[in-house]
Amino acid sequence: MRYLEGFRDPEAARHLAGRIRDTTARLADQGRQARIMEVCGTHTMAIARHGLRDLLPPQVELISGPGCPVCVTDAGYVDAAIALADSGCTIATFGDLVRVPGSRSTLAEARSRGAEVEVCYSPEAALALAARRPEREVVFLAVGFETTIAPVVTLVRSAAGRGLRNLSLLTAFKTVPPALAALAEDPEVQVDAFLCPAHVTAIIGSEAYRPFVERYGIGCVVAGFEPLDILHGVDTLLGQLADRAPALANQYERVVRPGGNRKAQEVMATYLVPEDASWRGLGVIPGSGLALRPEYAAFDAARRHGRPVAAGAPDPRCRCGDVLKGKIRPRDCRLFGTACTPDRPVGPCMVSSEGSCAAELRYGA
Amino acid sequence: MDDERIQLGHGGGGRLSRELVDREILPRFGDGPLRGLPDAARLPTLTGPIVFTTDSFVVQPLRFPGGNIGHLAVHGTVNDLAVSGARPRWLSLALILEEGLPRAVFREVLDAVRDAAAACDVQVVTGDTKVVPRGQCDGMYVNTAGIGEALPGLELDPAGLRPGDELLVSGPLGDHGMAVMAAREGIAIAGGPVSDTAPVHRLVEALGDLSPAVRFMRDPTRGGAAAVLNELVGGRPVGIQLEEAALPFSPSARAVAEALGLDLLHVASEGRVLLVCAPDAAAGILERWRARPEGRAATRLGRVTPEAGRVVLRTAVGGRRLVDVPQGELLPRIC
Repeated sequence: MRYLEGFRDPEAARHLAGRIRDTTARLADQGRQARIMEVCGTHTMAIARHGLRDLLPPQVELISGPGCPVCVTDAGYVDAAIALADSGCTIATFGDLVRVPGSRSTLAEARSRGAEVEVCYSPEAALALAARRPEREVVFLAVGFETTIAPVVTLVRSAAGRGLRNLSLLTAFKTVPPALAALAEDPEVQVDAFLCPAHVTAIIGSEAYRPFVERYGIGCVVAGFEPLDILHGVDTLLGQLADRAPALANQYERVVRPGGNRKAQEVMATYLVPEDASWRGLGVIPGSGLALRPEYAAFDAARRHGRPVAAGAPDPRCRCGDVLKGKIRPRDCRLFGTACTPDRPVGPCMVSSEGSCAAELRYGA
Repeated sequence: MDDERIQLGHGGGGRLSRELVDREILPRFGDGPLRGLPDAARLPTLTGPIVFTTDSFVVQPLRFPGGNIGHLAVHGTVNDLAVSGARPRWLSLALILEEGLPRAVFREVLDAVRDAAAACDVQVVTGDTKVVPRGQCDGMYVNTAGIGEALPGLELDPAGLRPGDELLVSGPLGDHGMAVMAAREGIAIAGGPVSDTAPVHRLVEALGDLSPAVRFMRDPTRGGAAAVLNELVGGRPVGIQLEEAALPFSPSARAVAEALGLDLLHVASEGRVLLVCAPDAAAGILERWRARPEGRAATRLGRVTPEAGRVVLRTAVGGRRLVDVPQGELLPRIC
């Protein structure tokens, strides 16, 4: 725990906040402001939990991007999971997804009318469930970013190795770099720089953002999740903006290597191929998803059970899309805190504890 | 006869019931009003107002680092009486046992009730035992009700809170919840969190002549300090500001909370008092608390502010954030 205290040192934080003020003053002298987007739900939570917005000058705005895997899960995916549950499959899933609204319903509602929905804390738990219930078709809801894809997709190998023929994955894997490109190209999105995720980048490597930085001229800094990590990352991005010198920087060298985790990358390449993926609120982003290769079709729940994921129809009043694009703050949504709360979420940003809306409702002082 | 486990017959009112009472209950609690097993306890008259409370205990696992459900059942009710401004005197003890409960566990819990009650100077004066079929309760449930006599000088009224009043706590927060959670999730580690389950009534009695300066007391159990403080200022013209740098958390509880992604302000303690008092009494109360072993780590936690209804934390790095009421369920993180 001493280790963590070092990254929360008040003296160092004051020093960094002072540097951020100085750098922002340089920007302000040029008549400019800074809009920095964090694309990781854990950053969103840490920023709120440590009250970091309070330490920043008014010219610096932190925007929470599409960095929570639950929040960007399309309503159509939830619909497909509910359809599988209602048709007699046992759904195994991480807890957050149970409450995410689809077009008409949630998995929690499906469970209350008799469908089997089991909450798992790890992919191995889904494997154990399939072994324990050979008479049931078990479908694991495989959502997530690069951080969790390798251990989840390894279920295919484990299931095959154990001769389990009743386990399949309903995949909605997503990758971060294509989403950054989509945000950079969206004329509605005004972002000056990106604070890049820590765990995702530990897998894909910091060099994964270089093509993006070179093509779009937008700075990317990989930062850890502790307050000083985040402040340092913000300060680095502000310095780049003031110098008009956008660049790729890795502030989280104690964990993230330029080439990332080769072993996890090999696992992903063995089982998965890129596909277009639908992100809630952002729409279809080319090449931003990963699907099981055709030779593993038997483990692909959508193909195995003939229930392809179709476009969903989320509640039209929900503005999670605008929140995820950084167009509005959660409080600007008319449902925020009234019709939409963590107990009765309308949109996915209110479901996950890492969602922008849940974080804002929980910690916004 | 399988003497090693609780059977349905132990709650049936017949021979087995009698055997259980004779062998387990009376040797531990049979000296006072329980002698002769009357249907109700007959208690002496008290001079001042009577304070009365009840609480049920369903903790899982039944045993955890630092205690078991028996300690909790005594301390929980004793502490509810204490923070209501009373000296605890008598307890009832009602047990609901699951068929098949190991007799050794049952004995261990009864020993804990006996020892904790003795240490609190309270008497178990009446009780009941029922057994339900296997699968219909989780090992055992315990209910205690308690009677205390009001202490003079303690007139707690949260409406009297004023900006500038001081918020004190008698020791580290969240140790109990983290000890139980670590045991339940199978992450019990050497040097891991230990429950703080303990009585607080002597801390309340130690207030003595400073009692009139006390506006509010509560033991932060379920929902932790965050729930208590939000409830305290909800709908009132005052708020609370906490200082993150001053929050008393034990290193082991912090380690488990970080690993599980939990905020220790949401986590239960079972042997702590939160107290709000007029500013000029704070130093004296802390001095008296720190003179007692259970108050050794007492400290200032924050102060009352004019920010109506808001509990705000000034973070160690200098930011500000709301301290919210914990949600009903704790979801695992998926990235």
